[in-house]
Amino acid sequence: MIFPSTPSQTVGPYFAIGMPWPEGPHAVAPGTAGAITIRGMIYDGAGAPIPDYLLETWQADPEGRFADLWGYGGPSELAGFRGFARVGHEDGDGSFELLTVKPGPLTMPSGAIAAPHIDVSLFARGMLHRCVTRFYFADEEQANAADPVLATVPVARRDTLLARPADGGYEIDIRLQGPGETVFFAL
Amino acid sequence: MTEADTEPRQIYDPIIDTPSCYVREEGVHPPLDSPEYKSTQLRHPKQPLIFLPQNITELTGPALGSVGTIGELDHDLTRQHEGEPIGERTTVSGRVFDTEGKPLRNTLVEIWQANACGRYRHRWDRFPAPLDPNFTGAGRCETDDEGRYRFVTVKPGPYPWGNHYNAWRPAHIHFSLLGRAFAQRLVTQMYFPGDPLFPYDPIFNSIPDEAARNRLISRFSIHDTQPDWALAYEFDIYLRGPGATPFEEAL
Repeated sequence: MIFPSTPSQTVGPYFAIGMPWPEGPHAVAPGTAGAITIRGMIYDGAGAPIPDYLLETWQADPEGRFADLWGYGGPSELAGFRGFARVGHEDGDGSFELLTVKPGPLTMPSGAIAAPHIDVSLFARGMLHRCVTRFYFADEEQANAADPVLATVPVARRDTLLARPADGGYEIDIRLQGPGETVFFAL
Repeated sequence: MTEADTEPRQIYDPIIDTPSCYVREEGVHPPLDSPEYKSTQLRHPKQPLIFLPQNITELTGPALGSVGTIGELDHDLTRQHEGEPIGERTTVSGRVFDTEGKPLRNTLVEIWQANACGRYRHRWDRFPAPLDPNFTGAGRCETDDEGRYRFVTVKPGPYPWGNHYNAWRPAHIHFSLLGRAFAQRLVTQMYFPGDPLFPYDPIFNSIPDEAARNRLISRFSIHDTQPDWALAYEFDIYLRGPGATPFEEAL
C-alpha cells in the first residue's frame, strides 16, 4: 500500500530556538587535514542579504565515501567526518560559512563520473518548501565539463553553481531571484 | 516465518534499505510562490527548477540521530528548567514512515514551538504575551525500532503575525525530519484538531490539496492520555518512499 506523503511547511522566523548548534557548520572536525571553508552571501529578490535562513549541506569525503547510516563506500578515513553541515541564523548579515573538505568525484551506476559537488538545502521564512541547489567547484573544469547534471543546466546559468577559489577555501553566493539567480533543482 | 524473520533487522543493508530512487511528489507540497503568504514574494526562485536526477548524494543522508548527542531530557520540553511550564501538558507522539509504510528507525526528529501563550523564546518575537521562564520550546529525539517518536510538552498558543491585518497563526509545532536520505528531508508544521484559525491562515492553506492539508492536523488520542497527568496528540509522518526509476533518473 502506498501512503500519501506529509506536506512541507516553512521553517518560519523562529527555528533558531532549536535547530542550529555550535558545531553545526562543521562537516569535518576542525583541524582535519585539507579542511576548507566555503563562504558566501544569500540574497533575496530585492538584492538584500537574508538575515534569517537555515542552510544545510550534504556531501561525500574526498574518496567518495558518505557518513550515512551505512557508510556508503566504506568508512571515511577522516576522523570526525560528518559530511553534513547546518548553518542557521536568526538575525545575521546574510553571510554563511561552513567548514568541510572538498568531496571527491563519484562514479554513477551507469559508469558516468559526477564532478565533485555538495548538495544544499536552503530553508527560510517565506519558503514553504526547501530550495535545493548544489555547490560545484570552479577549479574542476574537466570534471565539471563531464558532469551529467551540469550538462542539463543552461550554459549561461552554470556559473551560479560554481564555488570560486578564495582565501582558505571557496566562495559562492546564493541569489533567489534577479540577475544571476542561482540554479535550483527539482528533486 | 521463523523467529529471526520477525525480529527487526539491526544491521542495515544498503542494498535492501536504500532505494535506487525516491518517488517524485506531485501536488503534495505548497508552491514556493504563494502570494497570500507575503514573505514568499522575494524568496522564491523565478526561473524554472531544473530536474535533478537522484543519485548517490541524494540517496544517502546524515545519520545524526545515531551519534549519541541526544540528551536524556531533550524530548521532554516540560523538564528543561527549574520548574514546570504553564499550559496544557500533553504528549505529542507518532511514527515516521516512508510512503510504503515502512517505519524509519533511528532517524532524528526535531521540534520547536511557542509557549502556551503563543510567545516564542526568540528576540524577534514581539508579541506582548508573557515569556515562560520554564519553557524554551525546543526538543529532539530519535525514532525507535518501530519508527516511534514521543515528546512531552505544553500545547502552544496561537499568535498574531504581520502578514495582513489581524493575521493569526493557528497553534502549531514545527517538525524537522532528516529521514534516511537527502531526498527525504522534510520540515513541516503539526496543527491541532478543530482550530478555528485554519480558514484564515495562508501558510496552512498554501497546500493546494485539502486532503494533504489535513494530514498536518494531529489527532487527539484519549487512548494515549495519562489520567491525572497529560493530554495526548498523535501525528504520523510519511516521508517520500521508493519509487520506480523513471527514464530521466538513469545517469
